[in-house]
Amino acid sequence: MLQVHRDICGYCGCCVSVCPEGALELIDAYLVVGEECTGCGICAKVCPLGALEVVDEAEL
Amino acid sequence: MKQNYDLLVIGGGPGGAVAARTAAEKGFSVCMVEKRPAIGVPIRCAEGIGKDVLSEFITPDSKFISAEIKRARLVAPDSTSMMLESEMAGSKVGYILDRKVFDRELAWQAADAGADVFVKTRASAPIIVGGEVKGATLEHCGTRREVHADIVIAADGVESKFSRWCGMNTTVPVREIMSSVQYLMTDIDIDPHTTVFFLGNEVAPQGYLWIFPKGERSANVGIGISGKKSGAGHRARDYLDRFVSATFPEGKTIECVVGGVSVCKPLECTVADGLMVIGDAARVVDPLTGGGIYNAMFTGKLAVEVAEKAIEAGNFSKSALMDYDTRWRESFMGKAIARNYQIKEYFVTLSDEKLNALIQSASKMNLSEFSTLALIKELIRRNPKLLTELAALRASLG
Repeated sequence: MLQVHRDICGYCGCCVSVCPEGALELIDAYLVVGEECTGCGICAKVCPLGALEVVDEAEL
Repeated sequence: MKQNYDLLVIGGGPGGAVAARTAAEKGFSVCMVEKRPAIGVPIRCAEGIGKDVLSEFITPDSKFISAEIKRARLVAPDSTSMMLESEMAGSKVGYILDRKVFDRELAWQAADAGADVFVKTRASAPIIVGGEVKGATLEHCGTRREVHADIVIAADGVESKFSRWCGMNTTVPVREIMSSVQYLMTDIDIDPHTTVFFLGNEVAPQGYLWIFPKGERSANVGIGISGKKSGAGHRARDYLDRFVSATFPEGKTIECVVGGVSVCKPLECTVADGLMVIGDAARVVDPLTGGGIYNAMFTGKLAVEVAEKAIEAGNFSKSALMDYDTRWRESFMGKAIARNYQIKEYFVTLSDEKLNALIQSASKMNLSEFSTLALIKELIRRNPKLLTELAALRASLG
């Protein structure tokens, strides 16, 4: 699953534009991850600040 | 807020505000909603715009202009640099805006012209009746209401959702999102009238790093790199921090700006039944420079001009709105996007050695017209081999 590190996120929406599932939405100053998220990690790759991380649910 | 409008504009950036202003001036009832609590913030822009194109939409005013630009400097990977001057050396060719004030001014003008404006108001879903977009569900501080409109203009920026909810594919390819970070720095030694562009795969892979003056000793110092080149330990921020600590170790950062800039082709189609998409949401950013302010304002105005005819005819179908899509593609802006896309596709393949050679071919250029096209044409004149390397480049230059 996708974890948003809110202390790092610059709420810029860069990730929203590349999500192939349309799973992300930037609502004012916070990022919402929808159920459509497949954990593909494209958003985590392009994030200018490194605020997104795909983590194994079992590890949480 | 009324329940019915002629036009509903989603997003209060320059594209949305020019659309709302144009619609109000034409006497239409128009509502512009901005999801953030303030127009113009946070900044997500390097704030550069050409002198001529700005005045098409607003009278230049010192209150929203941070710096006047007279020349540009390109710096090669090996640090060779080339100065680009207008043939009328010393004349201003562009501006660095203060987007906080600029965006607010445009929204102000839209409101003065008669547009309804609402902030902290988010479109959370389209209203679709019989396959046609007829408005949006708007959320404001815990309240939710449906607002109907004959035509909705989606001006919701790079993180656009509205047109996707209406069935359009808006996904930007990873390699074509410029992952970007910028610091507004002060107390740094710069030339206050020169923009500087640093190229190279070590400095800014498949993108560039910029210094855009904001005052005598202040500048937007930023970088955009291809999403494909971004990853843990080598993100836009890593590259920028390395540059800043080497170049401006004593500088002070008073603002951190983050963003994504699409350099892909525009959306396949920018209209649907009852819907028009403009600006960054339509992916009409210049793929070579990443500039999008003018293109957003241009498409915003054009969309309303076409909407006017549709409203007069009482026909809001995709075919009735199609003229907008056709006209921006045929416009100077549309052609520049198509051409600069081809040039960008070529430039991202260049090795540092080739970039060095290109920039070494000219330490100084005086351009009759200060544009990326004029620059490319002059580079080709000095490096005729460039044209044989990419047929598409030849075609796109006409």
